[in-house]
Amino acid sequence: MKKLMARHETYVLTIIVIFSIVISIINPNFLTLENTFDLLKSYAFTGILAIGVLLVLISGGIDISFAAVATIAEYLTVSVCIAMGGSMVSAFLLAIAVGVLLGSVNGLLIHRFSIPPIITTIATMNLYYGLLIVITKGKWIYALPDFFRSFADVRVITLQTANGIPYGLSVITVIWIILMVITALMLKYTRLGRSIYAVGGDRISANRVGLNVAGIQVFVYGFMGAMAAVAGIVQALLVQTVAPNSIVGKELNVIAAVVLGGASLAGGIGTVFGTFLGVMLLAIVQNGMTLMKVSAVWYDVFVGLVIIISVGFSSWKQKTGGRRVKIDVREDLPELAAAYGGSGTDTERENH
Amino acid sequence: MENLFLSMQGINKRYAGVQALDNVDFAVRQGEIHCLAGTNGSGKSTLVKIISGVVQPDPGAEIVINGNRVHHLSSMESIRNGIEVIYQDLSLFPNLTVQENISISETVSSRRRIISWKKSRETAKRAMERIGINLDLDAVVSGLSMADQQLVAISRALTGNLKLLIMDEPTTALTKKEIDALLAVVLDMKAKGIATLFISHKLNEVMEVAERVTVLRDGKSIGCFSSNELDDKKIEYHMTGTTTTYSPYHAVPDTGQVPLLQTRELSKKDNFSGINLTVYPGEIVGITGLLGSGRTELALALFGLNPPDSGEIRLSGKPTVIGSVKQAMHHGIAYVPENRLAEGLILDQSIGKNIVITVLDRLLTALRFIDKEKVNSRITHSVNELSIKIPGPEAAVKTLSGGNQQRVVLAKWIASNPGLFILDNPTVGIDIAAKSSIHAVIKQLALNGMGIIIISDEIPEVLYNCNRVLVMNRGRIIREFVSRDTTEEEIQAFIEATAV
Ligand SMILES: Nc1ncnc2c1ncn2[C@@H]1O[C@H](COP(=O)(O)OP(=O)(O)OP(=O)(O)O)[C@@H](O)[C@H]1O
Ligand SMILES: [Mg+2]
Repeated sequence: MKKLMARHETYVLTIIVIFSIVISIINPNFLTLENTFDLLKSYAFTGILAIGVLLVLISGGIDISFAAVATIAEYLTVSVCIAMGGSMVSAFLLAIAVGVLLGSVNGLLIHRFSIPPIITTIATMNLYYGLLIVITKGKWIYALPDFFRSFADVRVITLQTANGIPYGLSVITVIWIILMVITALMLKYTRLGRSIYAVGGDRISANRVGLNVAGIQVFVYGFMGAMAAVAGIVQALLVQTVAPNSIVGKELNVIAAVVLGGASLAGGIGTVFGTFLGVMLLAIVQNGMTLMKVSAVWYDVFVGLVIIISVGFSSWKQKTGGRRVKIDVREDLPELAAAYGGSGTDTERENH
Repeated sequence: MENLFLSMQGINKRYAGVQALDNVDFAVRQGEIHCLAGTNGSGKSTLVKIISGVVQPDPGAEIVINGNRVHHLSSMESIRNGIEVIYQDLSLFPNLTVQENISISETVSSRRRIISWKKSRETAKRAMERIGINLDLDAVVSGLSMADQQLVAISRALTGNLKLLIMDEPTTALTKKEIDALLAVVLDMKAKGIATLFISHKLNEVMEVAERVTVLRDGKSIGCFSSNELDDKKIEYHMTGTTTTYSPYHAVPDTGQVPLLQTRELSKKDNFSGINLTVYPGEIVGITGLLGSGRTELALALFGLNPPDSGEIRLSGKPTVIGSVKQAMHHGIAYVPENRLAEGLILDQSIGKNIVITVLDRLLTALRFIDKEKVNSRITHSVNELSIKIPGPEAAVKTLSGGNQQRVVLAKWIASNPGLFILDNPTVGIDIAAKSSIHAVIKQLALNGMGIIIISDEIPEVLYNCNRVLVMNRGRIIREFVSRDTTEEEIQAFIEATAV
């Protein structure tokens, strides 16, 4: 129980529960299965990006370029699929290859030239995105291949509303969940996963115990690239158009969700479950505001407040709980004085 | 031909502006207990980093491990050869649990890709059993005390296929009991053919078990001596070229004045209780006692970091509440923490900036710009006062040797010219020669009217530098000794008799 209290996830979960209750009192449509499935589908995009960001943050780095990477992977893959055909599998594989390539470039640059990751990835963000706009001239793609359209509608579980409209658990949500499970297992049960925590905890120590810090860094940014690519395809599936400028600009939202979920910008700390909660909290805030008919302009204000309260509260908790030395204070001073002569108080000194 | 485990010849290492190692030859026999001695900055840690493969020597070095010439010694290669190091800064992962910290070396060097948490738990348990400790395996390391962190680092080194264990000042934060347990492990390892290389400034402790001693001075090897031909004085002579003697501090403060600090029945639940402590201007008061006696908690209370529940603090006669560090500093209280390396320095900043950081407001020109000249003379003064060995005031603090970093922290607080100066183990990790120069500085500060509290494990340190020595035990001051009227043996015997 004590352990549970100390965990950041517990706070986020509590906030989620409170929000859900408040929102559903105002609008009972919120806590329906239909709305839940819908949220889980539309936030798969943010959620998948968040998995990648999580790994980067745990390793002690940061990535700003992932939205650009996602867009390039998405645009390139859809263009290739339109020109040469293919299937959903080949689309994902191609996108991932592109994502891993662009992500690893980040990792290599950061390692090779020891430029701070934030600067490196701001630079590559501009570079990647700039090249994309130059080459595509900013053109949108409207006519996606048929298999994009049909795949987006696949449901793993199908239910019906009272008036006969089908809804259910989308295959997109399933992709997100699978990626979360794989990542969580990797982080917890593989040497690589634990090494990422170690590098984020203390890079010099990691080097000293013989970890391949360079390799781990490249992996983390490559993995971020892969997640960005999958998210890019998911975005295409969700909106059924490809716009070169639709994703870029969402970076900070994703990073915010991950931090909200308990990951530390200083590195070494974070879990997949926490990240999931962070994403869902943002989703609920946004969705709830729509359902409560609060103007969308308040969204950012609200998200800012939620982040400050949630992150602030848990680090305040850590700070106050910081020094927990417990000393079993002696109560037998007179006996001790009798046995050894002299008691500790130096009051008698004042008389001489 | 003796059985050498490690032999190094012609080791050079040059950093910008410093020849850290100058043509050093060094060897460790199989199963030998070897001690590396030298003043702060003499190159001990650098040599260790080369042995562990973290730092590469300049070209021309020859390293032979177990009879095999090694051309490029990487950290992985070093670990594979059975060399483990406990670093001066411990090199732990603050975000991970005790269990993971202990088992990580094994995890890394085993080629398994999947982690077995059960196995890692067993590994950690076994390592802790070897030195007879019992920490919570699931505790996160950043929440542990320095001493516990040190035990974690030691346990980690004991997990692998050890051939040579190197300890860079392993005992600084340990109690006598833990040190004895550690030395017992070292002897036990020796019986199994495992060699140990100690680096320590508490020489008497290590000399109990060491067989040979290599002495470095200014990056050069002075020689390798058999330990039975050495005593403290001789080692100090080899290290520094001179010897020093302790001079007791008996300057009697004027107890007719208003005391600088007076506490009355100061208590905090589960920390300390009924503390009556008086410090006069010009007085040095020592507090000793076992680790966990509440000394540090009391010091933190006086510095606003651990506010008491009840009782009164009077500063120069006025009842005062010290609720924060800012207030404490405002009242002229300075505190040099026990865990200086972690709490006291901005490692990436220059030495000079670190020294003047607390006093910038006193170093301004008439127009309230920073006065470069005043800053520089302040820095030069501090560096000379504590004989800090630095390449230049612009160098980053992290490039200094451990002992010199500590002196920078001291310099920083002395520069703030406090009225009441609390020092928690001020000379841990500082070499013998420098120790006495720091003690001289402290005594001079007291003679100028500063009130000083020295907390220390080392009885000679408090006895020879303080007017009075208070013994704390489980949250209470249980006895006061007047330095002039007592001996090291008497205090030691009292502490041992009252230990539970
Ligand atoms: N990364 C570095 N860059 C520049 N100079 C360095 C670096 N590391 C060490 N030095 C210098 O090399 C010299 C030897 O340092 P080293 O840490 O080996 O000393 P040491 O004998 O371990 O001292 P201590 O007892 O204080 O720990 C010092 O003058 C130090 O300033
Ligand atoms: Mg050192």
